[in-house]
Amino acid sequence: MNTVVHSGAEGFLHRFEGLRARLPGQRLAWVQALREAAAAQFRAAGFPTRRVEAWKYTDLRPVSDAAFDEALTILGDGDTLPAPRGERRAVFVDGRFREELSQLDGAGFAVGSLAEQLPRLEGRLGALARPAEEPLVALNSMLFEDGLVVTVPAGVAGGVLELRSLASRSERPAAFHPRHLIRLEAGASLTLIEESTGPEDTRYLHNPVFEIELAEGAVLTHARIQREGVKGFQLGTVYARIESGATYDNFTLNAGARLVRNEIHAVLAGPKSACHMNGAQLLRDGQHADTTTVLDHAAPDCASRQTYKTVLQGKSRGVFQGKIHVHQVAQRTDGYQMNQALLLSPDAEIDSKPQLEIYADDVKCSHGATVGALDADQLFYLRARGIPEAKARSILVEAFLQEAIEGVTDETARAALDSAVAGWWEKEAA
Amino acid sequence: MPAVAETLDTVQSVTEGTYKWGFETEIEMDFAPKGLNESTVRFISAQKKEPEWLLEWRLKAFATWQKMQEPRWPAVKYPPIDYQDAYYYAAPKKKDGPKSLDEVDPELLKTYAKLGIPLKEQAILAGVEGAGDSPSEGGRMPIAVDAVFDSVSVATSYKERLAKDGIIFCAISEAVHEHPELVKQYLGTVVPPGDNFYAALNSAVFTDGSFVYIPKGVRCPMELSTYFRINAKSTGQFERTLIIADEGAVVSYLEGCTAPMRDENQLHAAVVELVALDDSQIKYSTVQNWYPGDAEGRGGIYNFVTKRAQCRGKRSKVSWTQVETGSAITWKYPSCVLLGDDSVGEFYSVAITNNHQQADTGTKMIHVGKRTTSTIVSKGISAGKGQNTYRGLVRVAPTASGARNFTQCDSLLIGDQCGAHTVPYIENRNMSAKVEHEATTSRIAEDQLFYCRQRGLSEEDAVGLIVNGFCREVLKELPMEFAVEAQKLLQISLEGSVG
Amino acid sequence: MLRIEGLTAEVDGKPILKGIDLEVPTGEVHAIMGPNGSGKSTLSYVLAGREGYEVTGGSATLNGVDLLALEPEERAAAGVFLAFQYPVELPGVGNANFLRTALNAIRRGKGEAELDAMQFLKLARARLKELQMSEDMLKRGVNVGFSGGEKKRNEVLQMALLRPSLAILDETDSGLDIDALKIVADGVNALRAPDFAALVITHYQRLLDYIVPDKVHVLMQGRIVQTGGPELAKQLEASGYASVQAAA
Repeated sequence: MNTVVHSGAEGFLHRFEGLRARLPGQRLAWVQALREAAAAQFRAAGFPTRRVEAWKYTDLRPVSDAAFDEALTILGDGDTLPAPRGERRAVFVDGRFREELSQLDGAGFAVGSLAEQLPRLEGRLGALARPAEEPLVALNSMLFEDGLVVTVPAGVAGGVLELRSLASRSERPAAFHPRHLIRLEAGASLTLIEESTGPEDTRYLHNPVFEIELAEGAVLTHARIQREGVKGFQLGTVYARIESGATYDNFTLNAGARLVRNEIHAVLAGPKSACHMNGAQLLRDGQHADTTTVLDHAAPDCASRQTYKTVLQGKSRGVFQGKIHVHQVAQRTDGYQMNQALLLSPDAEIDSKPQLEIYADDVKCSHGATVGALDADQLFYLRARGIPEAKARSILVEAFLQEAIEGVTDETARAALDSAVAGWWEKEAA
Repeated sequence: MPAVAETLDTVQSVTEGTYKWGFETEIEMDFAPKGLNESTVRFISAQKKEPEWLLEWRLKAFATWQKMQEPRWPAVKYPPIDYQDAYYYAAPKKKDGPKSLDEVDPELLKTYAKLGIPLKEQAILAGVEGAGDSPSEGGRMPIAVDAVFDSVSVATSYKERLAKDGIIFCAISEAVHEHPELVKQYLGTVVPPGDNFYAALNSAVFTDGSFVYIPKGVRCPMELSTYFRINAKSTGQFERTLIIADEGAVVSYLEGCTAPMRDENQLHAAVVELVALDDSQIKYSTVQNWYPGDAEGRGGIYNFVTKRAQCRGKRSKVSWTQVETGSAITWKYPSCVLLGDDSVGEFYSVAITNNHQQADTGTKMIHVGKRTTSTIVSKGISAGKGQNTYRGLVRVAPTASGARNFTQCDSLLIGDQCGAHTVPYIENRNMSAKVEHEATTSRIAEDQLFYCRQRGLSEEDAVGLIVNGFCREVLKELPMEFAVEAQKLLQISLEGSVG
Repeated sequence: MLRIEGLTAEVDGKPILKGIDLEVPTGEVHAIMGPNGSGKSTLSYVLAGREGYEVTGGSATLNGVDLLALEPEERAAAGVFLAFQYPVELPGVGNANFLRTALNAIRRGKGEAELDAMQFLKLARARLKELQMSEDMLKRGVNVGFSGGEKKRNEVLQMALLRPSLAILDETDSGLDIDALKIVADGVNALRAPDFAALVITHYQRLLDYIVPDKVHVLMQGRIVQTGGPELAKQLEASGYASVQAAA
């Protein structure tokens, strides 16, 4: 194993050269073309640096300086899967679908592995992703091995589906780039609970890309719980296209990883569609979390709501960038965005860049941002009522997060988030 | 929305030909040879009989500029500027600088009279002498004016009166000779020559502008103002203003500007530096009314300006107020670096873009000192095909314990062809700091218009009233005389654009 | 004299007024009562010229002036004053400034001299005193942060200042407590004069205890179905609109 280890963009391109013939779809001309085009784009762009406006506050050097190896798909001895949250779950280990760990029977809709279904995905895979604009998406397009493919037929209530991603413990840092395709046909609904975890002592890169298509009147609740291991990196990009009357409800909890970028591009493409993007980032010493949202109001009479909260401990850094772009056709847009940060440590840093770009006149758009510490008066009030300081602080932090979490109405998703937040706080208090 | 369309038409019709300051003065001028190279810089320096150190400073800035790129990040679009196709120095033919107001070319006096700028000193009444404690109150205080015509200051009024209090108010080219130690001490210390592309250009070729020094403990007894006029064709204006408020000093400074109507675009790249020492206060107000171009977007001034203040002293305070109605393109971010503990920075802005105007404006508040506070209130109004961007930075350094910022950023859209954009950057590295930002976008509601019209107001007046109401928080920060002018200007700027 | 003949109007293509005939002679106060959705507010908006209320037939004149041909502000200058059911907020616009601008616009329309700030203040103070209102009313933004009652009082204050020849009160009583109601009524009663007419639109009889109308008209489904004296209002209060419907 004493071959030269390449790092950075070069390392990935090198890996692509070696893996080319073994990647799924190697016999499909369109897959090959897609991978080659992505490789060219990634070669040209490389990893974005902080000079790129969209990456002003997130330094990718910890990722680009590291060398990664192809993923090994062995579930380590010590790893056990927690009890499933719903009846069905799809389990991915190091980005590959593991049928023996999954339970997808009786779903009432089509769900399965992308690698297996690839021959039938021409025109669908890559319909929304924009590798030319997002280098990390180019990286994913070049190297994806597997992913989840879900198609909920028209009018079907899909219930709860769990998507579990695990990283295994390995000698060499692994990188995996799953591509998940979620399609809800007219009037369909689904709750997708996605949870990513990994070992605490292993460096790895999880670089998922979602392409989400919601047809007329469809409703997708997408709860994402990111609890990657503290040495792990997650650079995820979600593309969602929301047709008329459809609703996309995204909640992302960032509680793990050394560095995470949660990037969402949502397009309200049909009239009277809605998009809710909420999230919480809970950061400890040494962590960096970046939530970047780009919301396109491209049709009239649509509503969007975003509430993001960040709590920072130790020497951590939180980033929020949120752009609402209201196109000229998007009259009667109702857009709202709020991001708030709570600094619990003198070494923490928060950077925030909310952004409105508006080309229609009959719109109601607002954003707000606040940054501050725990309110000393509130803390004192609680303590004066006999509540110990640590408890008082946790009460106030929970209250702070509440506004973002209460937007999640699906019970299963809500319970999953509540327990993840509670888990973070217990660890914090310990 | 027929009412909106109708209003738009009304505004449109009014906008054309409403620029009342678009005339040209026939006067004999001296020009530098067209184009920009080292000898242009030497020519300007020689014209001003500058000391060697300043020429060196300029040449260094020029060398820096040559290596720099024009910024491309602002949300504005314009064809490439040919920096060689312009004059960098244009001055009315003169023997020497005017010794007194009586010696100023009558043609120039007429020009300023036409612009409504009093250059003649009114006799200061005995009783007014003592009224200096409240410069902006008490009604008709005289205003001291420095009149800059293209590349030179042609007159400065009330100099002697101000000198009695030890106040220096003169053209910066004069200050270079009369007060070299002050100029040398402060010039370029707030905006270094290499700060940005336009600041570097300005540092190389700046021609005139105002210099103000308020000594320790002195409250300036009257408003100081500079009136900038671009007159000559194909000429850029590169003024440089430096204001220093020594410990405990208080000054209110106003700035106005206009230019003739021309089909060509003209460049105005100014640098303004403010230095506030312990317990001093500087209030800097701008009513920017450069020629905005015509309804089709032909002509107009490119207003690429760097304005920055350093609150160096404890408890010092700098307040920027701007009403931006003119220019084809505005690129400016009057900023405050809050170094002194308990220092205060304020930014109040109204920016209107109508027809094809573009504005990318805002502020930077850099909190370094403890308990520093800043307030940002920005009101952007977009009409016609105008594009209006607020771009701002609030940065709290780890040292700025107890810092506070509040930002309110509102946009009003009039018509469906325009754009309103908000790009704030918030960077906080101190847990005890508190930063709040709010932004809204709205339009004039149909029911507001109808309500006003039912009470007898014409649609145009109704729009004017509502827009003035929208801008109220900013307009009330202006000195009285300016506020009235600004209100009228808002209405005029919108005539022709409302919906 | 307000004269409405065969007035029909629609909103979003839906006919609301289906032929209104109504005369309010100068010097009189008439009430228009009717259930929700009968077209009461539409009538007031049509008379004031609000956009989106399309007149499809008929006429409306005030003292011989064709109102329907005029812009809203021209109707105001012609003497029409609409007291809004929901007065509109104008953030940042001072009430005094607004009132003076409106008053002068109307005075200009009538060919009268405009009032300067001092003259206006004197006049406004006098009216405030008559209406037992605080001078604070002038200092605040137009209707911004006003309670429901304060907004209605502000409407009455404006009416008192602008001295219209026809006041249309669109459900001015909604949301008012009894004290505020009296103030509104006193304001209208104070304006009663041989050169003043008023059209009081209301759902309830309550307001008419304080503003006693010369005539009461019942508006239902876009038509005036019954006309009578003040006693008609009492009768409606007792037996409801259903009885009228049955009778009509």
